Amino acid sequence: MALGDTDHVLDYPIPSPAALEPPAEWAELRQGCPVAHVRLPSGDRASLLTRYDDVKQVLADPRFTRNLDAPDAARIAANESGGVFNSGLGNALPEEYHQQWRRMVGKWFTAKRMTALRPGIEAMAEHLVDEMVAGGAPADLKAALGFPLPVWVICDMLGVPESDRDKFAYWSNTLLSLTRYTQAEIDAAQAEFAAYMSAHIAATRANPGDDLISELITAAVDAGHVMPAEALLATSQGLLVAGHETTANMIGKMVGMLLSDRTRWEALLADPTLVRTAVEEALRADANPGFGIPRYITEDAEIGGTVIPRGTTVVCNLAAANRDEDVFADAAELDLARTPNTHLAFGAGAHSCLGQSLARTELQAVLDVLLRRLPTLELAVPAAELERVDGLVVGGLQELPVRW
Amino acid sequence: MKVSVDEDKCCGAGSCVLAAPDVFDQRDEDGVVVLLDPEPAEHLHAAVREAADVCPAAAILLGDRA
Ligand code: HEM
Ligand code: HEM
Ligand code: SF4
Repeated sequence: MALGDTDHVLDYPIPSPAALEPPAEWAELRQGCPVAHVRLPSGDRASLLTRYDDVKQVLADPRFTRNLDAPDAARIAANESGGVFNSGLGNALPEEYHQQWRRMVGKWFTAKRMTALRPGIEAMAEHLVDEMVAGGAPADLKAALGFPLPVWVICDMLGVPESDRDKFAYWSNTLLSLTRYTQAEIDAAQAEFAAYMSAHIAATRANPGDDLISELITAAVDAGHVMPAEALLATSQGLLVAGHETTANMIGKMVGMLLSDRTRWEALLADPTLVRTAVEEALRADANPGFGIPRYITEDAEIGGTVIPRGTTVVCNLAAANRDEDVFADAAELDLARTPNTHLAFGAGAHSCLGQSLARTELQAVLDVLLRRLPTLELAVPAAELERVDGLVVGGLQELPVRW
Repeated sequence: MKVSVDEDKCCGAGSCVLAAPDVFDQRDEDGVVVLLDPEPAEHLHAAVREAADVCPAAAILLGDRA
């Protein structure tokens, strides 16, 4: 029986053989079944895309959005509401305002601004490495560096106290739940998160500072318009979640990939100018980025040689697309100097990751600091024993045990 | 090589500036791309091609020396 026959429905996400390796099914699907029928954790059906061209086409098409609020859109997660993609967060901002919103928020994420932030990010990374070293080897690099660094950066940008980061981590995990939490747990956590952020926004309105939230409020006032409370709340919650989980996990996976074959680490030590392209290659090769990016098809569309009817929910598997042999030579191999690297780890088109310059800056800063400070860094367990985070929309490693 | 940019398509992600800072910048007000040099010198061509390739919005257009 071939994968993805009409009467054969795959359960999605497809389990992986090892933490840093892709499931063998991806290559088979790209080859033989580029539009595959899958069953989501909710039990609902969707179509899975695994080829680069198809994924890029759908992501770049402005008619298809990730607002899965149509009555016939698939629910994603196992809990009743269907999880983050079906929640109000994605819907607080009508599509008409999307570009305006991007441009308001986007000025905080320009490449120039990131270059200015970089010395501060590196200093924080140095400090976290000092603390990790003081605690002695072996250490969990994810807990010591991967997680705290992006949380510090985004908290600073939003003007919220970093000391509340354990709360943020829990709120964000419940929001990103696929199967891990019950609806009651998620509702309770999201109510707390919204109340916390609303209080922070009210305090910021009364007493503005030089953070992103203050500036959004001021910019809207200058334009003779009160920023809708709902939009501010969605923006700040969205940035807090987007700004730390993805990057925190990516730091762990990137360092894991580079250490799992130590000749890679040695190549970087020998030539640190490879850091920029190595970060891009780690983003491309990440076999565990999480669920993928859903889109609701609003009009019949020809994709991958078949017509996908309106009302279908498609899931774009960015990681499978990033390993498409038709686009990337030796796609299964890590080439630390690969240029250009047109991977889709940050999506494509008008909704592509707003924080990508920040994410890149954080990943490059971490790698620079680690190469400089801990050239003898190595995994403290065999790569085959690394374990994945399960049951969330974002993928990562449970821990990254290292010594030096 | 002739470079042009489509400001309407640009989503302000800044990938072009990271790839080719001599040719692209972003407006401070909203992050939209600014073309610094529409006819970049030979030694910048590889970086400019990379910028056009990685632009998530396909907002950078390259033409031949007309
Ligand atoms: C639920 C989401 C939103 C709704 C329903 C909404 C609604 C509106 C409306 C109706 C206007 C026109 C007002 C007028 O001309 O008097 C407007 C303008 C504006 N909005 Fe929003 N908005 C939303 C989200 C946002 C967000 C997220 C931002 C910024 C991050 C924002 C910033 C602005 C600004 C700066 C203007 C003035 C634009 C100008 O005059 O050029 N809005 N909004
Ligand atoms: C390695 C780290 C990251 C990865 C792999 C990543 C990936 C992505 C992807 C694939 C999308 C597209 C979603 C879609 O098309 O529906 C996206 C959107 C987004 N990301 Fe990221 N992201 C990362 C880090 C960040 C950071 C650090 C921030 C901000 C502080 C951020 C903020 C956003 C926002 C606001 C959007 C929505 C943009 C829109 O709809 O216009 N991300 N991200
Ligand atoms: S890479 Fe493309 S979308 Fe991003 S700022 Fe440059 S032109 Fe705009």
